[in-house]
Amino acid sequence: MSGANKDVAARDVVVVGGGLVGAAVAYGLARQGLSVVMLDEGDVAYRASRGNFGLVWVQSKGDGFQDYARWTRGSADLWPGFAEELKEAVGIAVGYRKPGGVHLCLSEQELEEVELRIRRMHNQAGEALDPGGDPGSRLLDRAELEALLPGVGPEVVGGAYSPHDGHVSPLYLLRALHEGFLKLGGLYRAESRARRIASDGAGFLVETEHGRFRGARVVLGAGLGNKALGKGVGLDVPVSPLKGQILVTERAERFLELPTINVRQTEEGTVMLGDSHEDVGYDTFSKPAVMSEIARRALVAFPALRSVKVVRAWGALRVMTPDGFPIYEESESHPGAFAVNCHSGVTLAAAHALKLAPLIGDGGFSRTLASFSSRRFDAEASRA
Amino acid sequence: MLKRLELDDGGGSGAAGPVRFTFDGREMTGRAGDSLAAALLANGVLQFRESAVSRQPRGPFCLMGVCFECLVEIDGVANWQACMVPLAEGMTVRSQRGGPAVVPLPQTERTGS
Amino acid sequence: MRCDLAVIGAGPAGLAAATRAAEAGLAVELFDEQPAPGGQIYRAIETVPAPRRALLGPDYAAGAALAAAFRASGAGYRPGALVWNVDSQLNVDFSQDGRSRQCRARAVVVATGAIERPTPLPGWTLPGVTTAGALQILLKAQGLVPAEGVVLAGSGPLLLLLAEQLTRAGAAPRAIVETVPRGRLSAAARHLPAALRAPGYLAKGLAMLRALKRAGVPFHRGAEALAIEGADHAEALSFTAGGRRQRIESRLIALHQGVVPNQQMTRLLRCEHRWSDGQRCFLPVVDDWFESSVEKVFVAGDGAGIGGAKSAALRGRLAALGALRRLGAGEDKRLAGEAAALRGALDKDGAVRPLLEALYAPSAQILAPADDTLICRCEEVTAGALRKAVALGCPGPNQAKSFLRCGMGPCQGRLCGLAVSEVIAAERGEPQQTIDYYRIRPPLKPLPLAELAAFDVGDDAGDEAGDDQDAA
Repeated sequence: MSGANKDVAARDVVVVGGGLVGAAVAYGLARQGLSVVMLDEGDVAYRASRGNFGLVWVQSKGDGFQDYARWTRGSADLWPGFAEELKEAVGIAVGYRKPGGVHLCLSEQELEEVELRIRRMHNQAGEALDPGGDPGSRLLDRAELEALLPGVGPEVVGGAYSPHDGHVSPLYLLRALHEGFLKLGGLYRAESRARRIASDGAGFLVETEHGRFRGARVVLGAGLGNKALGKGVGLDVPVSPLKGQILVTERAERFLELPTINVRQTEEGTVMLGDSHEDVGYDTFSKPAVMSEIARRALVAFPALRSVKVVRAWGALRVMTPDGFPIYEESESHPGAFAVNCHSGVTLAAAHALKLAPLIGDGGFSRTLASFSSRRFDAEASRA
Repeated sequence: MLKRLELDDGGGSGAAGPVRFTFDGREMTGRAGDSLAAALLANGVLQFRESAVSRQPRGPFCLMGVCFECLVEIDGVANWQACMVPLAEGMTVRSQRGGPAVVPLPQTERTGS
Repeated sequence: MRCDLAVIGAGPAGLAAATRAAEAGLAVELFDEQPAPGGQIYRAIETVPAPRRALLGPDYAAGAALAAAFRASGAGYRPGALVWNVDSQLNVDFSQDGRSRQCRARAVVVATGAIERPTPLPGWTLPGVTTAGALQILLKAQGLVPAEGVVLAGSGPLLLLLAEQLTRAGAAPRAIVETVPRGRLSAAARHLPAALRAPGYLAKGLAMLRALKRAGVPFHRGAEALAIEGADHAEALSFTAGGRRQRIESRLIALHQGVVPNQQMTRLLRCEHRWSDGQRCFLPVVDDWFESSVEKVFVAGDGAGIGGAKSAALRGRLAALGALRRLGAGEDKRLAGEAAALRGALDKDGAVRPLLEALYAPSAQILAPADDTLICRCEEVTAGALRKAVALGCPGPNQAKSFLRCGMGPCQGRLCGLAVSEVIAAERGEPQQTIDYYRIRPPLKPLPLAELAAFDVGDDAGDEAGDDQDAA
């Protein structure tokens, strides 16, 4: 695999980024019949996809932003068919299941907050006459919780349930998107971190350490990398890293069907424990104090996990926007350059492949996804 | 298939007493100073477990704590590295079949049944 | 709790480092997973019955002096302690007696030694197949030997040493099946003059070979295409040698293809590593005090590159001097003088290595396993699945791990890491250095969730009095 420093034949679209966001968009574009090259970094990248918890999660998404609630719910609705499609295309079962999901509340205060959120989001959907954007969550009392989640700890006061929540293996999903993309004739290049993007009359030229790639359009799906890359093509992408840590246990016999926000049992039987937030810059080391806190919360949720062993801890960097909602934007100064950023690469994979990618193809991007533009931050700044 | 060195029996400080334990219900005897893995091997046990992925037969490979092939259940707790655990009198050892069971709490067992 | 120097591993390097640093007045804590000092090479050195010690020979017995000096040195000793995390701020997280605690050190010596190189072959996961090292541990620690003859297969000095020790113990191997290709000896011979500088090694090696010949142990040279047969356990080893397919029945088969540094801790610390063509593995980059690229983290012993037990002790002492120098705990000139003498001895002892490395380079079969051979034992990933992932564009071990789960099981990549890097390098036609290795994450060994939950990093109050040693 050589680093031939020469131009590769021009494509319809160059997708920068081979994580869950880039791969879903690239797959969706190739699925439209477009010729696409997907550029990826090397083996060790700040890859949020690898640290993903694997939730297809609806119930808390879009509190205060109805378009995002609808977008998320829409993606979750697409997921069953999308998983089938990937299975048929490349023979990889990504392990998608939709048994509903539970946000466990470990204190009365947490329960109150969740109850308020449910009411808020329900009202928000109602005001917008948007039943398809209602996360459909409801509170669970202790008895319902125990029926739904055998082994739930006595200190768990309650929870919130949505039937639209589910889970999937993020690693199999990434692999299936890659294989599906290749099968549709896409070109994949690893070790090709984009350095600079320039535009000329004919389109865009992406310079990497291993050659230059030309495309009529360019999609930035490079996570944190979008911030620097976007500047060259008039895209303002104010993203910053937020560290998340995850613990993974050895394989255990199946005990948990439903995913919860901080404990999930995978297809293989390993148990993922997560949900920490640390604002620490670009540091992916796992910190024992955080690992310990994650373990404590997991044991409150499911005390029977006591003697199950943790095999691995990860620190990965979430890609956070100022308000936590996605940024979808086409450049005004350089039409044909798009930025796609979110921290829900799994949940939104179906929407990115099946709804967003076609908009890149047909030009309806800015109109349809207007509310996700980063211009919303300018408005906030001027209000403040 | 393994035997104790005869010269040890004659010699010096190695005079170790018998240690009794069970493996999958069978009574076995090892010696003080044995690791659990060594004691099992000395009793003719080569297979310690079935793999968690596809239930393949597995047994000790490295005996120095590296390979995790000698996993067993000891006194009800799963996934001990038998090569790293000193044999103790009265241990109830079972072969590890797949992953550990996550036993639900008694309280929820009542609710569930 | 705190200490000046945390030493991890109680083999020759760790014992020597801890002893030297404690003698210089540093507050030393030595952490070791085993219940007694000695590491694998001097396993059970303090308790081994005299006849067994005699049988194992003078090189083994030499470990007793190291252990005794360590015991007398005043260094703190934590046997049965699993170090599961070390960070670049020199915090050492360890588990002992079911409880995890943190020791804050001012310098760290990683002396976690070597492991046997992974040997992916058809049937290598069957019960009854072990490493050669495993049989030697049974012999040293428990006085257990194969009752019905074992087949030893592979390449390297340890294979021959074990054969000779078993023969002397009255448990001669059924056969030695050596994978060293014909013609290798003459190719390695150019290293012979240098090797003669290292005292004793060659004479000992030749004596070993003569003893095996005298005992009539069948010796198959130039063996290829090894396969272990059996359904629920090993039944036979088959191989091609002398132009024909052969089969030796045995329920015990021990494999060996040399030893390589145990990289888990230095990878966890993200020390810089370089590929060594000679040793055919990655080595942490160290300076001439054995300090790694992470400040005040030293790597001594075989963990810094395979050099054997004698070199390990010398390196351990040198690393201790480096730590003393770094902590300002010794006069620079005297430390430099002592270090120079140690470096001279190291140079001499290491002179035999190029010959051994050339002669006993790992077999082609395990470096490029057949497609249907399991490469990751824990997650049951075949070499073929790995090659397919590479063909789809997978650039390295970490992406392979994501796609295939190889290296995600309880052994955390110890038994597949090198093989995975080798296969990806070969498939992509790139050097191993470029392909690199798995990212290693804490905990270094699986840890019960309850113990992790009870682990309070910032709280020293739970420690028994006296644990808190202020830096001298």
